[in-house]
Amino acid sequence: MEIRPIFSALMRSKVSMILIGVQVAMTLAIVCNALFIIGQRLDHMNRPSGMNEADTFYLGSSGFGQGFDARATIREDLATLRQLPGVADATVSNSVPMSEGGWSTGLSLQPKQKTSTADTAIYIVDDRALDTFGVNLIAGRNFKPEEIADVTFGDRLQPASIIVTKALADKLFPDGDALGKSIYMGEDPPTSTIIGIVDRLQQPWMSSSSIENSTFVPAFMPYGNSSRYLVRAEPGRRDEVMKLVEQKLSESNTSRIIGKVHTMEETRGEAYAGDRAMAIILTAVILALLMVTALGIVGMASFWVAQRTRQIGTRRALGASRSDILRYFQTENFIITTLGLLVGAVLAYAFSLWMMQSYQSPRLPWYYVPIGFVCLWALGQLAVLGPAMRASRVPPAVATRSV
Amino acid sequence: MFSYYLQLGMRSLRRNPILTALMVIGIGLGIAASMTTLTVMHLMGSDPIPWKSDKLHYVQLDNWSADNSYYDDGRPPDQVTYRDAVALMEAGKADKQSAMFKLSLPIQPENKELKPFRSLGRVAYTDFFGMFEPPFKYGGPWSHDQDAGHERVVVLGKDMNEKLFGGQDSVGRTVRMDDIDYTIVGVLDDWKLRSRYYDLTNGAFEDPDEFFMPFTAAIDLKQRSTGNNSCWKSSGDGWDAYLDSDCVWIQMWVQLDSPARLAEYKSFLDSYVNEQKKLGRFPRPLNNRLLDVNEWMADQEVVSRDVQVQTGLAFAFLVVCLVNTVGLLLAKFTRKSGEIGLRRALGASRREVFSQFLIESGVVGLSGGVLGLALTGLGLLAVRALYSEYKTVAHLDWTMIFVTVALAVVSSVLAGVYPTWRACRVQPAAQLKI
Repeated sequence: MEIRPIFSALMRSKVSMILIGVQVAMTLAIVCNALFIIGQRLDHMNRPSGMNEADTFYLGSSGFGQGFDARATIREDLATLRQLPGVADATVSNSVPMSEGGWSTGLSLQPKQKTSTADTAIYIVDDRALDTFGVNLIAGRNFKPEEIADVTFGDRLQPASIIVTKALADKLFPDGDALGKSIYMGEDPPTSTIIGIVDRLQQPWMSSSSIENSTFVPAFMPYGNSSRYLVRAEPGRRDEVMKLVEQKLSESNTSRIIGKVHTMEETRGEAYAGDRAMAIILTAVILALLMVTALGIVGMASFWVAQRTRQIGTRRALGASRSDILRYFQTENFIITTLGLLVGAVLAYAFSLWMMQSYQSPRLPWYYVPIGFVCLWALGQLAVLGPAMRASRVPPAVATRSV
Repeated sequence: MFSYYLQLGMRSLRRNPILTALMVIGIGLGIAASMTTLTVMHLMGSDPIPWKSDKLHYVQLDNWSADNSYYDDGRPPDQVTYRDAVALMEAGKADKQSAMFKLSLPIQPENKELKPFRSLGRVAYTDFFGMFEPPFKYGGPWSHDQDAGHERVVVLGKDMNEKLFGGQDSVGRTVRMDDIDYTIVGVLDDWKLRSRYYDLTNGAFEDPDEFFMPFTAAIDLKQRSTGNNSCWKSSGDGWDAYLDSDCVWIQMWVQLDSPARLAEYKSFLDSYVNEQKKLGRFPRPLNNRLLDVNEWMADQEVVSRDVQVQTGLAFAFLVVCLVNTVGLLLAKFTRKSGEIGLRRALGASRREVFSQFLIESGVVGLSGGVLGLALTGLGLLAVRALYSEYKTVAHLDWTMIFVTVALAVVSSVLAGVYPTWRACRVQPAAQLKI
């Protein structure tokens, strides 16, 4: 393929070439970075909570007034819940993963340690929590019923035994011997002993930097007159059980409010609504951008074909085959696109640098740009195909016609 | 001449419908993407109370641990302790001042057909109303005396009054909350807040508060905040220990009517903290802040990073669309060299040719703007569907409609300048020779 004549033809319409090149360059920069952001969001959304989300739901109960007996109500409610048909297990918990509200504290290895060794979310639960959350105990044992301490809200939690996630155990004891060790919750004694380790349970906060550091604390501690129940239904029976639970609890005690029942699936949806929206919006931007760029190439190529009809005819008359003409326009497009892509690669990294500096985003991985090259080469070739085919059909006789 | 050129422009655009459609769609898409994101960003970040936003200041005191700062970058905590809030209220050194926190309470309606329900409201001092100026429909705020007397009074939001009393004047009646009767002193009218800027600690786009009650009365009833509470050391057991602790859970706003008053209040805060240091509190270096409304909104990133990134990308997309338009206009005008040559030969000046083609670009821009406006409407609809909490900030107003169309026309005329200039340089002789 003779590139020289293509180059000299391009040099005669520098501005159009630059315009297409700039479009391709900016498209590459935007598409690479947007795809990278989308990828990050999808990774974020795919993080497992560690729970059985499909069958689990939760609801709040809140009584009124100073005379309300929250402890008795919770005991009754749990007894009611656990014997309902279709309920696999139920527990009381101050929070659930992905709900964005909960408790956290620092854990230390020494008393009066200046900076805590690890931060953890705290789930204040009873001995049925592991089964209800659907987490897997990978070492040690569950709480015994007698280990659930009565605590008044506002008093310090001083659990003798706790169960932690594997991530937290490894953070506290990197040698992997966390089971049976004692740690300080807060800065003062007494210590709490790690009696069990579960494989995974997320914190309630989606933007937490240590999202898998969670601790189960065995305590019976109503928040004022309020409590939150987590219920796991038998597989496939969640929706019917939800209705039943709401109805039974409302009937059992009228001097309190049963809050809206939330499934864990809804909670996941709400927790990741922002990530989902960002991914959808950026996908729309990418598609619109690719469309505009492709249409721009079609428009410009059509114009060039129209402008050069006589020259094409002349070449055909001088013996060039139809595929020669087709290849001419394809090569021309390849050259322009490649020049644009080279500039675009620089732009893409510059944009990524700006994102890193302004928003502490991670660096754009190197492979996005080569993938972008291949995609835009393909887009350019597809876009130019129509006009190039039209060019190849120009009959040689055009050369002999005057305008 | 303008209307004649307008006609010529329309005719020329109709002659190449596909090329014209490509340009109009390109501009429309670019404008819609940038205007959708810009509208959200503009409404999110816009000054919620422009006539006094520089007078309202958010109080931050750094009572955090000597070993760790509250934020990693050293900024002081975003709330204050109970004891500091009460000390500042008692000192009363600002022109207006209110400590406040968020509270969720069960409401037990008189009307037995209504089931009891939970409601989110706010605990504050009466100056809250003077500072943030919510409109009253009936009655008014409670008095300073009622604050001092720990009285059980309440101001209801419009929706709550609608729900409990069918929207009637309920001033003087009572509402039962958590088994205690509160006397209604006022009912708010529609309070159109884009963001709940006076409390950003749980996100700026939560639902509006449904009731307001005196801080002093709520503390008597040992009501804890439903919002955030952070402690750097354990508070000890019981309610009194909690009130006395270094846990932060209260927001504190002051109104300072002049820069001189601001400077006075700053030095008052410094001397207060230095006084507390003598008691063994405030182990960190002096780090008080008094940000005004807009500074506080920027500090708490009310305009989220996602929205900023989306806006940046959308404008980059608009640039691509405009470059695209430049290319297509260039192609179009170059093909009309013959026509231009003829007009020039018949006596049209370059200036006339220039304005003719610039008007043609303007027509493309205007059509793109109209399409863009329609697409922006759709885009905002999509934003409302994707982000349920942004319903207050994803709306077109007249300013944004004007900006949209103006942006489309101006940017497409700019895009037309180079192709037009090229078109004007056509030599009449070269075109007429053949």
